[in-house]
Amino acid sequence: MSDVLVIAEARGGEPRKIALEALAVARPLADQLGGSVHVLLAGAPGVGAGAVTLGAHGADAVLVAEHPGLVNYDAESQAALVAGRVKSGAYRVVVFGASAQGRDLAPRTAARLRTTLASDVTSVTLDGDALVVTHPGYTGKVILTLRLSANPALVSVRPGAVQPKPVAKAGAVEQVALPVEPAASRVVTTETVLGDTRQLDLGEAPVIIAGGRGLKAAEHFALVEDLATAFGNAAVGATRAVTDEGWRPHSDQIGQTGRLVSPDLYVAVGISGAIQHLAGMRTSRCIVAINKDKEAPIFKVADYGIVGDVFEVVPALTAAVRTARG
Amino acid sequence: MKIAVCIKRVPEMDGAFRIAASGLAVDETGLKWDISDFDGYAVEAALQLTEKAGAGEVTVISLGPVVVQETLRKALSMGCAKAVHLACDQVPVDPFAIATALAAELQGGGYDLVMFGKMSIDSANGAVGLMVAELLGLPMVHACSKLDIAGASGTARREVEGGGELVRFPLPAVVSIDEGIARPRYPSLKGIMAAKKKPLDSRPAQLGNVALSVVRMELPSARAAGRIIGEGAAAVPELVRLLQTEAKVL
Ligand SMILES: Cc1cc2nc3c(=O)[nH]c(=O)nc-3n(C[C@H](O)[C@H](O)[C@H](O)COP(=O)(O)OP(=O)(O)OC[C@H]3O[C@@H](n4cnc5c(N)ncnc54)[C@H](O)[C@@H]3O)c2cc1C
Repeated sequence: MSDVLVIAEARGGEPRKIALEALAVARPLADQLGGSVHVLLAGAPGVGAGAVTLGAHGADAVLVAEHPGLVNYDAESQAALVAGRVKSGAYRVVVFGASAQGRDLAPRTAARLRTTLASDVTSVTLDGDALVVTHPGYTGKVILTLRLSANPALVSVRPGAVQPKPVAKAGAVEQVALPVEPAASRVVTTETVLGDTRQLDLGEAPVIIAGGRGLKAAEHFALVEDLATAFGNAAVGATRAVTDEGWRPHSDQIGQTGRLVSPDLYVAVGISGAIQHLAGMRTSRCIVAINKDKEAPIFKVADYGIVGDVFEVVPALTAAVRTARG
Repeated sequence: MKIAVCIKRVPEMDGAFRIAASGLAVDETGLKWDISDFDGYAVEAALQLTEKAGAGEVTVISLGPVVVQETLRKALSMGCAKAVHLACDQVPVDPFAIATALAAELQGGGYDLVMFGKMSIDSANGAVGLMVAELLGLPMVHACSKLDIAGASGTARREVEGGGELVRFPLPAVVSIDEGIARPRYPSLKGIMAAKKKPLDSRPAQLGNVALSVVRMELPSARAAGRIIGEGAAAVPELVRLLQTEAKVL
């Protein structure tokens, strides 16, 4: 029992960044345990093409479960697939990404295996027979260090907490086709309501431009969108004041009861910086605030602040970013 | 329709947090406590479902030391019919231990629907509801922002990255509630009086094995104080320069 299994997610034939982040957690664990890293990649036929990228990030073998029935994530069949694989392998640790899918799948898998799970961890180390993990709790106001003595030990890794690590000399990654027959799920998806599919997901975007009530109306979010487009690698977020007004969908909300994000750059546009909002974004690497009230609490967490009217500052910033990016 | 809602008592997050001398818990001095945010939404959603159906009742369940009875009383004063306290000295951080105890209580309870918040605001694992569903062998919809029940089936919108999914599922089922459904109502005076007479049973929690435990709690290092670099559009060039040269994010 010294191998590590990573549960990967792919999108458009390529593994998602979160899968590479999970690999960056798994590789050193497997090396310490003297075992291999296996990656389970499940999806529509063709998903196995992502194996190359996974190999270049430390996978020794990629178990490919391809089936037309796996085009969309389906909790029950995926949990059965993962639990079955864990049971038949020699896995000491199973690493999930704490994406929306991983947050759904990891606890189900743990319960099927009658074991527990450390969720949303930001680091994992081995300490004798146990894993020691860190995990932000209390809306990020407290960092918990936890000891996980279960075997197998399941963990899910918070998006953005670890950097993907390409391996120096990637060998040929072994591809293993897993026979798979999706189970009939009792929960049937009748419709998928996608947001703007051109937009990067909040959990993956290196830059987030978030708008608050200071924008005053839904149509003024065009300012925020233009700035995001100028950056090119940005997603758009919002405060609860904004989602309550219906200016943006709930899925854009960042904070205590919204998404928890850690981008490289977070630009807060017309956001006061309420404690519940900070709970979702205070771990961002660099925070910029634009607010006309110089006493706004957002300035206490912002690395750089501009005191000013968003209707004047944001278009100027958009133009400057466009020029800077050529 | 019989609904069970599992709730947790947590400190209010706008308080100033300190770590207790043990280094294993937050110092409770001066903290105010309430139903965890998403659990409060779940209670509200459950009450609305029974009100809409004009029938059924909501049972609230909480696990922990005797003080959690205060939180259960609050849910009773909002309109829940009865409460169950699963007693243990301390709520473990291990979600499977908690799920084991809750599943033991829920099993055989004849509930059509078991509801949870998407995650608790303190330990922030978001695992217990999903684990309970697996232990009970019931269908589960995680992170619902809309929920409707008609007859023996339900429909929901669940939040996923970049959008939502509309789903249909049979009862009995387990669901967890995300932002968007309903804000919890304030208990009325009448509700508070009525809650005093509602049944609140207490029995020991059957936790089982605890394999995840706290070895340390710390406050995160404070962010270095930022700086205001200027006013209005005139400050933009300096901001862009700093983003390029200092923060290196542009
Ligand atoms: C249980 C609970 C959970 C919550 N969860 C969340 C959550 O997850 N996420 C969240 O965001 N909030 C959450 N909240 C709400 C939170 O408390 C705040 O109400 C909310 O974050 C405020 O949003 P805002 O900053 O957009 O609006 P406001 O607080 O109204 O701030 C608007 C800001 O815009 C500035 N402004 C106005 N006009 C201009 C202009 N022309 N130019 C520049 N600046 C301008 C103002 O100075 C002000 O600072 C929660 C609250 C509760 C009680």
